[in-house]
Amino acid sequence: MSNIFLIGANHKTAPVELREKLSFTAEEILGALEYLKTAPHIKEGLVFSTCNRMEILYIPEAGDQVEAMIQFISQHKKIAVSEFRSALYIHEGDEAIRHLFQVSSSLDSMMVGEPQILGQIKKAYVVALEEGASGVLLNRMMHKAFSVAKRVRKETGIGDNAVSISYAAIELANKIFGDLSSKSVMLLGAGEMAELAVEHLMSHNVKQIIVANRTFKNALALAQKFKGQAIQFEEREEALKDVDIIISSTGAREYVLTQIQVKRAMKKRHHNTIFFIDIAVPRDIDPKINKVSNAYVYDIDDLKSIVETNIAQREQETIKAARFVEEGVLTFRKWMDSLSIVPTIKSINDKMTTIVEMEFNKTISSLTHLSCEDIEAVRRMTQAIATRTIHDPIRFLRNTGDHRDDSLYLNVTRQLFGLDIPEKDG
Amino acid sequence: MQLQLVSIGSVMLQIATLLYLFSMAGYLCFLFVQKDRIQKISFSLVAIAVGVHFFSIVVTGFAAKDLPVQNMVQSLSLAALAFGCMFLYFQYRFNLKILGLFASIFLSILMLVVMLIPDTPVASNEILRGFWFIAHIVLIFTGDAALGLACGAGILYLLQEQGIKAKTPGFFFKRLPSLDFLDDVSYTCITTGFTLLTFGLVTGFIYAKTVWGRFWSWDFKEVFSIGTWLVYAALLHFRFHAGWRGRKSAIMTIIGFVIIIFTFLGVNIFLGGHHQEFTK
Repeated sequence: MSNIFLIGANHKTAPVELREKLSFTAEEILGALEYLKTAPHIKEGLVFSTCNRMEILYIPEAGDQVEAMIQFISQHKKIAVSEFRSALYIHEGDEAIRHLFQVSSSLDSMMVGEPQILGQIKKAYVVALEEGASGVLLNRMMHKAFSVAKRVRKETGIGDNAVSISYAAIELANKIFGDLSSKSVMLLGAGEMAELAVEHLMSHNVKQIIVANRTFKNALALAQKFKGQAIQFEEREEALKDVDIIISSTGAREYVLTQIQVKRAMKKRHHNTIFFIDIAVPRDIDPKINKVSNAYVYDIDDLKSIVETNIAQREQETIKAARFVEEGVLTFRKWMDSLSIVPTIKSINDKMTTIVEMEFNKTISSLTHLSCEDIEAVRRMTQAIATRTIHDPIRFLRNTGDHRDDSLYLNVTRQLFGLDIPEKDG
Repeated sequence: MQLQLVSIGSVMLQIATLLYLFSMAGYLCFLFVQKDRIQKISFSLVAIAVGVHFFSIVVTGFAAKDLPVQNMVQSLSLAALAFGCMFLYFQYRFNLKILGLFASIFLSILMLVVMLIPDTPVASNEILRGFWFIAHIVLIFTGDAALGLACGAGILYLLQEQGIKAKTPGFFFKRLPSLDFLDDVSYTCITTGFTLLTFGLVTGFIYAKTVWGRFWSWDFKEVFSIGTWLVYAALLHFRFHAGWRGRKSAIMTIIGFVIIIFTFLGVNIFLGGHHQEFTK
């Protein structure tokens, strides 16, 4: 009987430096899939790697193959086993299934509920499918993972709420501007906080990024990193004319933008909406600016209070999502169990018996002139036909060849005879 | 035969009213539950209601052999139909799902008024006929309807803006689209409505010339109509030249629509004038 294994490291077990070393590029994934496909003791495999996690999912032919897999990671990524061994989690059977479903439902993400992870997993699956590394079991399992994720997304509010500061800020920007791709962003200050905020914004494809900093050199460095434009700190008021979102994180003691400056700028920008995100302590943006019409100011405390409300609401939803995952694991386990030879043969037999009984009764009830012996003879004949018909298929199933993938044939058999209740997959 | 047609028309009108009420209930559900399917069903209900309503007016008009704007009930009913049609158009164009909530509530109220006030039969009036008259009515009614939807989008804007400004994104935050989008919808409704209104007034003048021999006769309704037109002209002017967008624009659309409602009803009820005939 096949077992499922999952080896990986994520943001909870490995620091970013290690995750960087462990992460697979697109080509490395192809190499890894090639290995999973050709390795003698591995039937099926799949690799996915994002900035927060690296996971290998596989089904061994025999044994658990854990050590072989760790050796492979070490060789493939050129990193000593001792360096990453402790950061790995190894899941087996239901644990592996559960973990996959949790990941795809975004319950295991750094920002729980973020929608990108499902797309990333789907992509990884498509690659594995195209390379021929995944097979019947993993295919079915991945489809189940997608449908569980879809259900969690649709029936819980888990993806609704922003539970991190930067995500909350982006959600606000979305509710103010709608489409961010035509909007420009200005960073005041070139610190680490600003960088983090922009990284999130970048995934929304903003039009342009402008960096203003007291030390022009730092502004230039950050601007280069994000393919943006650096300006002198003194030019910031002038720049308000053209930017829509301002993220401020300078270490200044006083406000770096005042109400009067913004009022002047609003005229120049024809009162088009402007959004200030002030993540500096002490604050950079005069809170009075929020009173200017079509200008919105959120400081770090405002964002924090939104996040706190959302977290409280989200905890309720997580419980519900966990239940969906558990149900998914159960359904999949049931399917896995059915995918062995004895239950399949029994199902075929049962199905044939039911059909024969039904058709026999239907015919006999209208043939009143037959004697009891005749009826018995007809019954024996119908049963014999059924038995002979399924004799060869059953013998074929029993006779497991050496180099044959049982699960593949069992899956086909179950589909041919319509033994599974069809399942709706994403 | 004629009586039969009239009763068919009024039954259809009742069915349409019921459908509007159902769609309102549907949209209220959608507001709380946020299931796309509920929105789709509610929208279909509005669409069917508008269809039934349209045929009801055609039948009534056919029976009376006149455009059915002879009395208050008929005018309001036609106004509701124009509003329904405009809503269908803007919903199709922008897919602003929650706008249906405003539209279905407004339509339901209008239709309930239509149902409740007495439908006093009026002798057919010779002067309420002809191409210019029909053009005038259709343009004014659809124009007012578009401006009504602008007001709806404006209300939604203010609801969303208030939450964001006060830093307490609450019930409406997730349920309403972005400020810029709402402002866009409102603006498109205003320009559409304003254009229709302009042509409506022009055809009105031409019609007045053919009937009374003069373009302008200082009728109260004429004065208020010009007043309405000036409000929206001012709104558009300030939008272009003084950046009146967002909140200010939203408030103006609401004020403008209140003036429209007064021009439509109030003038006839309180002030009189030669538009009196339609609203007896």
